[in-house]
Amino acid sequence: MATTADHFQAHDAAGADHGHEHDADHKPGFFARWFMSTNHKDIGTLYLIFAICAGLIGGGISGIMRMELMHPGIQYLGFWVNLMGGEANFVTNMHMWNVLITAHGMIMVFFLVMPAMIGGFGNWFVPIMIGAPDMAFPRMNNVSFWLTVAGFCSLMASMFFPGGTGDGAGTGWTVYAPLSTSGSPGPAVDFAIFSLHLAGAASILGAINFITTIFNMRAPGMTLHKMPLFVWSILVTAFLLLLALPVLAAAITMLITDRNFGTTFFEAAGGGDPVLYQHLFWFFGHPEVYIMILPGFGMISQIVATFSKKPVFGYLGMAYAMVAIGVVGFIVWAHHMYTTGLSVDVKMYFTAATMVIAVPTGVKIFSWIATMWGGSIEFKSPMVWAIGMIFLFTVGGVTGVYLANGGLDDYMQDTYFVVAHFHYVLSMGAVFSLFAGFYYWFPKMSGKMHSEFLAHAHFWVFFVGVNMIFFPMHFLGMDGMPRRIPDYTPAFEYWNHFASIGYMVMASSMGIWVVNMIYAFTAGKKAPANPWGPGATTLEWTLSSPPPYHQFETLPVIDEDQDYHDHRPAADRAATA
Amino acid sequence: MFTITPHQSFSWAVRFLIVSLFALAMIVAVKPVMAQDAAPAAKAQPTVSAPAAPAAATPAAAKDAGPGNPDEGGWVPMTPTPGKGMPKPAGIDVQQQYSPVGRMAYPFHVAMMWIMGIICVFVAALLLWVMIRYRAGRNPVPSKTTHNTMLEVVWTLLPVLILVGIAIPSIKLLAKQYESPPKDAITIKATGYQWYWDYTYPDNGVEVVSKMLNVPGEPEINAGTRYDGTKPWDGPNHLEVDNRLVVPVGVPLRIQTTGADVIHSFAVPSLWFKLDAIPGRLNERMLQIDEPGVYYGQCSELCGAKHGFMPIAIEAVPMDKWRQWVALQGGHMKKTGGSDASAQPADAAAAPEATPSDKPAEGAAPVAPVTPTPATTA
Repeated sequence: MATTADHFQAHDAAGADHGHEHDADHKPGFFARWFMSTNHKDIGTLYLIFAICAGLIGGGISGIMRMELMHPGIQYLGFWVNLMGGEANFVTNMHMWNVLITAHGMIMVFFLVMPAMIGGFGNWFVPIMIGAPDMAFPRMNNVSFWLTVAGFCSLMASMFFPGGTGDGAGTGWTVYAPLSTSGSPGPAVDFAIFSLHLAGAASILGAINFITTIFNMRAPGMTLHKMPLFVWSILVTAFLLLLALPVLAAAITMLITDRNFGTTFFEAAGGGDPVLYQHLFWFFGHPEVYIMILPGFGMISQIVATFSKKPVFGYLGMAYAMVAIGVVGFIVWAHHMYTTGLSVDVKMYFTAATMVIAVPTGVKIFSWIATMWGGSIEFKSPMVWAIGMIFLFTVGGVTGVYLANGGLDDYMQDTYFVVAHFHYVLSMGAVFSLFAGFYYWFPKMSGKMHSEFLAHAHFWVFFVGVNMIFFPMHFLGMDGMPRRIPDYTPAFEYWNHFASIGYMVMASSMGIWVVNMIYAFTAGKKAPANPWGPGATTLEWTLSSPPPYHQFETLPVIDEDQDYHDHRPAADRAATA
Repeated sequence: MFTITPHQSFSWAVRFLIVSLFALAMIVAVKPVMAQDAAPAAKAQPTVSAPAAPAAATPAAAKDAGPGNPDEGGWVPMTPTPGKGMPKPAGIDVQQQYSPVGRMAYPFHVAMMWIMGIICVFVAALLLWVMIRYRAGRNPVPSKTTHNTMLEVVWTLLPVLILVGIAIPSIKLLAKQYESPPKDAITIKATGYQWYWDYTYPDNGVEVVSKMLNVPGEPEINAGTRYDGTKPWDGPNHLEVDNRLVVPVGVPLRIQTTGADVIHSFAVPSLWFKLDAIPGRLNERMLQIDEPGVYYGQCSELCGAKHGFMPIAIEAVPMDKWRQWVALQGGHMKKTGGSDASAQPADAAAAPEATPSDKPAEGAAPVAPVTPTPATTA
């Protein structure tokens, strides 16, 4: 096809105004630029905007959930059923609860964390950090983004179609058969599954793109062992995506055929097995949790090094710890299934294998602290978010070691203790990484400085809020509260009430963030090329803020004597030496 | 270099922070242990008052009694002891354990809590130390250290040792959980339905359908089922059922679970027991309950709209009471022999152990009304 975005390029007014600037800054017109984009930075921006919108919806849903759980009894579910055009009665109200938990899980996993980390920051900074002009397959990059949007639309649409006991898919994000097959008649679950198909296809395409880019488009002299750790993290993540997502696609395709075409892969009556679905799902699902956190590890490494003004401690150990986490992540899946009736030997194996992951993770935590040790630490906003992440991820990590024990898990499986655990590693580990990365790169991406004061305020309020929400969930789980229930016995009220207050604190911090963004775009100072000082030594800081539309028309060269830390041209290095 | 050299003394602020963090961790870690120790003392109290209520209720229950009802006929259910076998308000630790597996798991759980707490405090202390000591204001010139092989080996091997230390009791606990029930163990099959449990005793010819009681002040959840609190022995709402799973104490039970429609999970926290009920599969695990009491749990696998409304309530009674109960349900003892004979000594052994909290059970079950009745539905 001859219709390429380049043909739509208009030499618009902005281009004329900046005629004195480099040719590289010529941008296409609005529609071509944002809807037919082939530019990795624009696609990264689109991913970030999309993830923020999806995150606000997913976070809003958790607000509805916390509101409902604040007191015993059913208070608000009927309102939401009516609002969505359903007929409120006890069963549809309860179904609405399941729709909410399903939507919250799927949105946060597939449409907030993954698009923001890999699509957003990965797209923006992997090419720049390796000194490449763009991604290897720019048009496929655009396809990835729009497939993700289509997937999100499919998930949203599912809420308005019958899903068995009410409108929407109420299967949980895990879509376990047979609840998701014979247990949920109606098109809602098909829409939800289709949404996962689209998001999964988008991620596979993205993974191919990243692997190709990183292997083939590094600047001269940028060997694999000189790449910034963020690039390493995206590389490992891309391999996990490439290997794990086809398994998910297979599993949910079998769900589709079980639902619609009379197969019985997961139907005991026809010789199938519901547990087979769980094996397939978690073979994808466990690498998926590392897909969500590894890019965060990469960002934290960049940020900690920058603001300690020191190279990352134990670079090779850090890189290969991520590789190890990725590899081991594929052989621990059944720890999500300890109560399904696994044999004792299988359970012992998965207990031991799962605990092994704590070792490379520990290496990362200690290496971050060692990076800070001896540094000259500046507590700029990205750094406080990064330090917060290190501590909170540790808390989530140790409860993970607890849950790895198959014997202890007989108590904790499917209780709020598990909810607390995975929110500490994701809602804190991944989301703190996202905010750390956001504040770190916001000046670079937008060309505007955010308010450091508001960013710090955002951090502290958010920190207090999320801990108030999720720490008491450990207590609820130990007290025996199962997850995914809309109502509970009075004994659980105290900590649920407390957690709901925590949600309000957390939500108010998001208000601070919004104010900060408005401030930055309306009154923010113009960002210099490098707002973070001598510690910021990767290639993105050698470009203007925002970078030119096409960067590195002349490729940067990494000299023999340059290490993994400092990729700046010789002149810049001499200036700060 | 990457070591604390002697001349780098801790500032008072660092010391204060580290000490207070440790203190906080101690308080958090010790509290559950103390709560657990204190529990037996607290448990004694209700035994005094509990018998009174059922005694008062007995005539009414007896009056209701009529023949041929498999549900409630003539059986006065046990009044649960507050805080036993159920969650505690604002609780911060696992429920007190009443099974051999639970008693084995609890110390391991406590040890894990300590290990987790110490690691978190250690990381927090390290972070605070570097934040204070190496802040730009105090340390303007960063070091260039990027490697320390010894240190890296230590922080790889030390966690490995800790994990091996954890794995040993963990594997032992797993082995304990998978002990096979003896041949003569009483078999109970729990079948999960949307959204209630069905319990069958295949050797005894008894079947019990167990549905959650409706919650006062809320719309009727299970049509035709009474409301919680309408009988003196009703436990906490959302946990109490119309017909409990009645089992004997002190003898091994063979619990089998399966799902009739979708996956459910049979879980009782105070017995450290959770086993999924999966269509097409029959999962089996041994369970033994130490002393009489009512033990509550909830379905622990998302099973559709009313997933949160299908609790599990186990009423554990002495063996002779259990036989009465089976007889009242129209059931019989296992016919092939062996069961009765071998259960007897185990029963006898368990009885003295169970004495303290046995009282409410005795009070609650003056039983043996000759004429059982149709089920009373509120």
